[in-house]
Amino acid sequence: MNENLKNWEAVIGLEIHVQLSTKSKLFSGASTSFGALPNTQACNIDLAMPGVLPVLNEEVLKMAIKLGKALNANINSPTSFARKNYFYPDSPKGYQISQMDNPIVETGYLDIETENGSKRIGVTRAHLEEDAGKSLHDDFEGQSGIDLNRAGTPLLEIVSEPEISTAEEAVAYLKSIHSIIRYLNISDGNMAEGSMRCDANVSVRKKGDTELGTRTETKNVNSFRFVEKAIQYEIERQVHELESGNKITQETRLYDSQKNTTRPMRSKEFANDYRYFPEPDLLPIILEKDFIQCILDDMPEMPNEKKERFVSQFSLSKYDADLLAADKDIANYFEEVVKISNSPKLSTNWIMGELSAELNNENLNIRDSKVSSEKLGQLILRIEDGTISGKIAKDIFEKMWVSGKEVDIIIKDEGLEQVTDNKEIESMIDEVIANNPEQLEQYRSGKDRLFGFFVGQVMKASQGKANPKQVNDILKSKLEK
Amino acid sequence: MNLHKLTLREQLEGLKKNEFSSVELTSHYLERISKHDEELNSFITVTEEHALTHAKLADDRYKNNQSLPLDGLPIAHKDIFCTKGIKTTCGSKMLSDFEAPYSSTVYTKLDNMGMVMLGKTNMDEFAMGSSNETSYFGPVKNPWNKKYVPGGSSGGSASCVSAELAPIATATDTGGSIRQPASLCGLTGIKPTYGRVSRYGMIAFASSLDQGGVVARSAEDAALILEGMSGHDPKDSTSLKLEAPDLLKNLDKPIKGMKIGLPKEFFEKEMPEFVEKAIQDAIETYKHLGAEIVEVSLKNINLSLPIYYIIAPAECSANLSRYDGVRYGYRCEDPKDLEDLFMRTREEGFGSEVKRRILIGTYALSAGFYDAYYLKAQKCRQLVANDFSEAFKAVDVILSPTTPGTSFKAGEKSDDPIEMYLQDIFTIPANLAGLPGISIPCGENSGLPLGMQLVGNSLQEDKLLQFAHSYQMNTDWHKKMPNI
Repeated sequence: MNENLKNWEAVIGLEIHVQLSTKSKLFSGASTSFGALPNTQACNIDLAMPGVLPVLNEEVLKMAIKLGKALNANINSPTSFARKNYFYPDSPKGYQISQMDNPIVETGYLDIETENGSKRIGVTRAHLEEDAGKSLHDDFEGQSGIDLNRAGTPLLEIVSEPEISTAEEAVAYLKSIHSIIRYLNISDGNMAEGSMRCDANVSVRKKGDTELGTRTETKNVNSFRFVEKAIQYEIERQVHELESGNKITQETRLYDSQKNTTRPMRSKEFANDYRYFPEPDLLPIILEKDFIQCILDDMPEMPNEKKERFVSQFSLSKYDADLLAADKDIANYFEEVVKISNSPKLSTNWIMGELSAELNNENLNIRDSKVSSEKLGQLILRIEDGTISGKIAKDIFEKMWVSGKEVDIIIKDEGLEQVTDNKEIESMIDEVIANNPEQLEQYRSGKDRLFGFFVGQVMKASQGKANPKQVNDILKSKLEK
Repeated sequence: MNLHKLTLREQLEGLKKNEFSSVELTSHYLERISKHDEELNSFITVTEEHALTHAKLADDRYKNNQSLPLDGLPIAHKDIFCTKGIKTTCGSKMLSDFEAPYSSTVYTKLDNMGMVMLGKTNMDEFAMGSSNETSYFGPVKNPWNKKYVPGGSSGGSASCVSAELAPIATATDTGGSIRQPASLCGLTGIKPTYGRVSRYGMIAFASSLDQGGVVARSAEDAALILEGMSGHDPKDSTSLKLEAPDLLKNLDKPIKGMKIGLPKEFFEKEMPEFVEKAIQDAIETYKHLGAEIVEVSLKNINLSLPIYYIIAPAECSANLSRYDGVRYGYRCEDPKDLEDLFMRTREEGFGSEVKRRILIGTYALSAGFYDAYYLKAQKCRQLVANDFSEAFKAVDVILSPTTPGTSFKAGEKSDDPIEMYLQDIFTIPANLAGLPGISIPCGENSGLPLGMQLVGNSLQEDKLLQFAHSYQMNTDWHKKMPNI
């Protein structure tokens, strides 16, 4: 199978639904908070009572404009809403208010990093629409329950051009969008809670072919890892089908993360003529230039800009800068650490190394880190000014993580200050040499490897506190004598 | 005292001067309703207890010198306006037991001004019809001749005001549903500019055409109440960002020197002699009052009916999708599955005219037909609106018959939808262009009244009422009431 894959290429487009973090819904004043009792956050408008009318929550316009700017896209004015008609119990009006013509954001792009360098992915459009409620099938024997708390929650659907070629690229693009929406503070981007959802349109064709193959749409993929797996599965499935002489059916498929497969949805679940037409209850919205400018003036630094600044301001490698800038909270933490430590490289290593490991271990967000940026900055400062060695620092970090104590207090309480007094180190070395005449003999007769043995003995004698560089230098001169 | 013979203004004066109480006035109408409405069927719900409670409150406010602008005046509301805790059926089996959990802006505004609701009036199902024969609650009769229809869809409102079972009633107009029944029942009915009156809580038929208004016994009565209903409502995004206009200010001003346009396309059509005569008489009256008569052309006006019968059904097909038996309203017995629940609820809950329009609308919006029907209709709609804009550069109002004739017998047109749709041929253009229109009585034939229509430019309700009031100060047609 893998061998055959080489002759094929995939064409992938993503539709990403982002739940906007407004306090109230897109067209009603009901709250959007997650996890309330069923139907306690659905007002008359959300319930589609006879005679109710939608009123746009203007906060979403600001959010969409920010996203448009971050995607280097055009902002349409006027922008207008349309009705998308379909019957489903969790769609109370029997239509969804969405956008068809004149979506608020149109024709942008996003640059992603791939193993072959930077690649530009076109963004066709991003439009506003309302979320549906939820059907609950498990709790009621022979019946279904409807929870309309989510109905009317604002979504931005971001549609890419079919310019993504691999599952890895798809994830890079998705992560990049995730990073942008978090930077803009327009969504929490939590895929597990459904505040960011991804549908993947996938087709394959023989390398060199110019015509597109028949595509499928895979829904219900709720983590970065699953997006990668689902797309990879779908590519391999389609190649296998075509190589076996079968045809691809244009259909919607569901990803099953337990079995790592995709399966077709029942045709009833998606066979619809949506009969879009302009929403007569909402007039087209004219976005005044001043209004847009006011929002653009308020744009935060974006991940790409931050990355470039990290490279030029802190002389970080592109790779490190990219890692740090991808997450706004990590980037902020990093800058706070550097402010104290004055060492960008060492700060990067600590954040990506020790700190990351602990956070992962306890499944914590960096905002909830048990070692604050200030405390980590001081720890690194003590390495830089020679108070402690890197090795001791790691022990101290462990202690800080558990106790929350500051570095200087731990150093003082436990006497962990580095020994940098030449005379003190010399006397320790003299003692080690005196105690190991045999090894000294061997070393001097050419067994260079034993140098490490002496270093180890000295460090042990100093309980790890001796400055390693000084130990090296002094030991070398003594052994040569 | 025959309280129901007083104009609204006289009733308001009487209440203020304590010549009679609101409880007396309200009881008087409730008695008339109980005496006559069994036959007319103009009310779906009579809210006797509510009315008397509110009348008593109004009387108390008068006693304490805390009276509201329209305190204690009775009114009937078309059963399309949601009223909290009171049945709101929209004339449909689908909502036959539906108690709205909130009140429409129109109801709330008038309630806040002290008006007393007598009840909810009968109507064509979901406001679809021109004869009030499509109501789930049975047909309404025309008080002038009970074998005849009152018009629709606001037939209950027109019938009850005409029979003096209520001094005034709210109504709605999507293609003529205020003006046509006003014409057929000898009343003054006004549909204001689209966006003047909030649609919040007014059950939607065709959102871009629906507009609330009133049927009354005179232009003066209509002005008094329409003013109270109007004004910006933040709950309706299509509501105009304008305060309620002062509709009484210009009412008595002369119309001398103002211009009336006669669209030649309307007058080229053959019309019954009695219609032509009534309109000619009205024109003569206006000439006598100093108005200038000018011929105007609305060259795309003949497209109005086909445009309307694409756009209105298209919008209704979506607006009525919410009636699915899931959350409220009628639900079929023992649904087998989800699809059966949807299908049978709608099959059993909607009447045939509603189904016909949902089908037409669904078809017109379907993939492959949208451009040819809906999109084209929207473009043509703009042409009709442009014709009016052009005409209003030369004239103040446009005059025509309201309806092709007087009322017709119940059952006469029910099997012929096209013939029924032609009832609205003169009224639909104003809806398409979002313009204000008024119908006022101007003649009769064989004991049945007939109305003329005046259409004004956008936001010029005051001018329409001024023209109507001038006419009514010089003629008696509006004073004629049926013998019931």
